[in-house]
Amino acid sequence: MEIVYKNSNNCTIAELSGELDEYSAEYVRISLDDILKDLAAHKSKLVLDFSKVSFMDSTGIGVLLGRYNKYSKCDIELFIKNPTSYVNRIFEMTGIYQIIPKVG
Amino acid sequence: MAFDNYFKLEFDAKNVNESFARSVVAMFCTELKPTLSEINDIKTAVSEAVTNSIVHGYENKGGKITLEVGLAGNAVDIKVTDTGVGIGDIDMALQPFYTTKSQQEHSGMGFTLMDSFMNSLDVEPNTPQGLVVHMRKVIKG
Repeated sequence: MEIVYKNSNNCTIAELSGELDEYSAEYVRISLDDILKDLAAHKSKLVLDFSKVSFMDSTGIGVLLGRYNKYSKCDIELFIKNPTSYVNRIFEMTGIYQIIPKVG
Repeated sequence: MAFDNYFKLEFDAKNVNESFARSVVAMFCTELKPTLSEINDIKTAVSEAVTNSIVHGYENKGGKITLEVGLAGNAVDIKVTDTGVGIGDIDMALQPFYTTKSQQEHSGMGFTLMDSFMNSLDVEPNTPQGLVVHMRKVIKG
């Protein structure tokens, strides 16, 4: 799992690539929490680009719920972008879009 | 049950092995010519069962997981067994979003995904201790 960050106009895009499971979850948690202060200081939104996530199980849902709890306390909006149809199915089944909306 | 093809392996309950477990099952199933969607369903279900053994069964303290996969006709039969702490109330654990580890950011959706992605799911206590997760999926190809 790798995360590449890109910034543009009060919006930070985190491009995740690889497999998101229990093994890689800790790296994702740490990486996304590391940039939290910086995002809060710049009042930036965070868009999680899932287009290069080739595998994800329910661990990914737990990671997202945890980030939502932390980010919402700092008034930072989170969005999900471009999941593959397979990952999108898991997102839809678990209702994650009700708290982290999908953007085009 | 008589299988056309079968394997059984035992591996350490370490999360680094989740990818290995789901990949080896996916490769074993290829003779049934599953679609990419069916392969993803199986990989997710295996990953959920193995993660459950590592995180809940052994509480990340290590142990052994036994993975058995059998092919019968156009069906895949998967059994994941551990000798961990088991689950006290299995019916409760099968409910969506039920987790005893919300502080560790677990969603409680593992069994829900296994049930959704496979044609059948049975969760039973192992004897004398632990858990057996038994799943089956018919491959339509």
